[in-house]
Amino acid sequence: MNMMSEAAVEKALDKKMNDISYKMIGKDVSVYYGEKRALYDVNLNVRENTVTALIGPSGCGKSTFLRTLNRMNDTIDGCRVTGRITLDTDDIYDPAIDVVELRARVGMVFQKPNPFPKSIYENVAYGPRIHGLAKAKADMDAIVEQSLQKAGLWNEVKDRLQEGGTGLSGGQQQRLCIARAVAVSPEVILMDEPCSALDPIATAKVEELIHELRANFTIVIVTHSMQQAARVSQRTAMFHLGNLVEENDTDKMFTNPDDQRTQDYIMGRFG
Amino acid sequence: MSQVSMSPSMAALGAASRPERRDIGLRGRYAAERRFRLYGMAAIAFGLLFLFLLLFSVVSKGYTAFQQSMITIPVEFSEQIIDKDNERATNPQKLVSANYPVVARDALARVLGVAADDRAAMREVNGMISDSVRVQLRNLVTANPAIIGTTQPVTFLAHGDLDSAFKGQINLDVPEKDRKISDRQIGWMNQLAESGALSKHFNTGLFVNGASSRPEAAGVGVALIGSLYMMLIVLVLSLPIGVAASIYLEEFAPKNRFTDLIEVNINNLAAVPSIVYGLLGLAVFVNFAGFPRSAALVGGLVLTLMTLPTIIIATRAALKAVPPSIRSAALGLGASKMQTVFHHVLPLAMPGILTGTIIGLAHALGETAPLLLIGMVAFVADVPATPMDPATALPVQIYMWANEAERAFVERTSGAIIVLLIFLILMNVGAILLRRRFERRW
Repeated sequence: MNMMSEAAVEKALDKKMNDISYKMIGKDVSVYYGEKRALYDVNLNVRENTVTALIGPSGCGKSTFLRTLNRMNDTIDGCRVTGRITLDTDDIYDPAIDVVELRARVGMVFQKPNPFPKSIYENVAYGPRIHGLAKAKADMDAIVEQSLQKAGLWNEVKDRLQEGGTGLSGGQQQRLCIARAVAVSPEVILMDEPCSALDPIATAKVEELIHELRANFTIVIVTHSMQQAARVSQRTAMFHLGNLVEENDTDKMFTNPDDQRTQDYIMGRFG
Repeated sequence: MSQVSMSPSMAALGAASRPERRDIGLRGRYAAERRFRLYGMAAIAFGLLFLFLLLFSVVSKGYTAFQQSMITIPVEFSEQIIDKDNERATNPQKLVSANYPVVARDALARVLGVAADDRAAMREVNGMISDSVRVQLRNLVTANPAIIGTTQPVTFLAHGDLDSAFKGQINLDVPEKDRKISDRQIGWMNQLAESGALSKHFNTGLFVNGASSRPEAAGVGVALIGSLYMMLIVLVLSLPIGVAASIYLEEFAPKNRFTDLIEVNINNLAAVPSIVYGLLGLAVFVNFAGFPRSAALVGGLVLTLMTLPTIIIATRAALKAVPPSIRSAALGLGASKMQTVFHHVLPLAMPGILTGTIIGLAHALGETAPLLLIGMVAFVADVPATPMDPATALPVQIYMWANEAERAFVERTSGAIIVLLIFLILMNVGAILLRRRFERRW
């Protein structure tokens, strides 16, 4: 942003000096579904060009936290978020922030592949089209091709771009969804258990893809699979009962965690 | 132990180790399933039986309505009868008020060889000709006065009773005095039929004529146009209003007590008897707003009110059936709520919306009660030029004809029912085709 406040500039410089660049900062984030509280004062920072894995037993609030990052919780009736989440220097819950613009900057891939019932081309082109990212047909073609390349799907579908996106296999559909998210050129991509509906081969492909995407995007991934977290992420955050238990380098997390509960969960003693 | 001696003991071992078969009620379960299938088939057979009975009774009574007996004979446009004193140049009324039925009667009498001074016979000859011949001949003469004094072949409608007799619908075993048609007329009928002067033609009049007290000249033309106007009004009003209301309620409105109340009320409105809508329409559109009575406009508005709840309920169900993952996908890409609904949700809900709309329209097409209250049960002979003119509707026409006693009206009632059923079938086929078309987009 060109209108950064002085404090923000200082903060940004500070981050640079510590050689850690935080893309998103969550401070005291609490989420309520009506009367029920789902998250308790979570402080979690997401590093730039890093894959951050959110792990924890079912119902621990990891998906809820993920959805606060692009305000998908807004669509749930009775959901309330307190605390502060920033994307670069913008408070994303500031009334001045447009949620549509936010979601163009923070894309999302869902648990179940959910391509639109349109052609493969249209699936990828939809985001750029509504945001006016391509002026000419040639530009759009280029965006579609690049996005499908990045999602590792181009070679499989380049001859059938006009066929239905729902006709692809599950793994291909999920990579199509990733291509669709990538096509908008977001800064952050959120993934909510992206491989839980896929077979091991498709999972391996998506994981490989996440590795490659890290060069250009900041990624936050929710996963139930400990191995997956260990394979794809550099940072891991462990949630339990709506609290952030521990956040650490993935290597450390899986070898020598600071918190006993993390140890127990990773060892499979609960969850 | 050798292998040979071992195998029987092994077999015994195997049999012993197999657990006793438990009774898990398989027999009962399969019997229940068979029974249920039987009930289902019986229910369907029962339904089909009644459908068949309905169609059979309507078609067997009504198919003859699509044919009409016509008499084609040379007619002498006698100046003596039409314009005795040759005053048509000065008095144009003369040609309008001339005694045309006598022209037709004399022509028929001449063909049948009946003497002009046999008054009783002449009356019976007259009874074979439809009264509508007056208008027909008048139109011929006023359009071309030069035909006066010439003889022209003219095809005109046979009287309703002759039509019924010619179609074999009058029981000739009944004593002559109790019959609508005399033995002498039957004889003439056979004579005319043999000479080819009396024959059955396709009954175009049924589709273009308006109301008439003479069955042979009555048709559903006015009712068809009236129903068409009303369907257009219902479609144009209820589809956009209903779909907009559903989208707002389903996608945008907050879920609170007020919207719950609205939902309950919409569901209740769908169950309100249609005659209540008729009363409402009478009070609001006719008495308060001052729209004309018997007009297709008012009928259309009343039917719109009646159809709206159906369309709203069907549309909301269709919107609800769109998987939430599609909404998430679009919102997650940064589509606005409006874009999400119009680009993704609505196209997917379209088949359901169209089906609901066409079912609502078909329901409205067959509705009679509210139309009775706003005065659409009327004798309308002229085809309405605009929706503001008096009109009737197909079901109302059926209702009116069903109250008539003549045999020819009985077949016309069934004929009109066939026309109505054909329209309903066409609409439902349209619904199916539209649904297919929209669903084919993956």
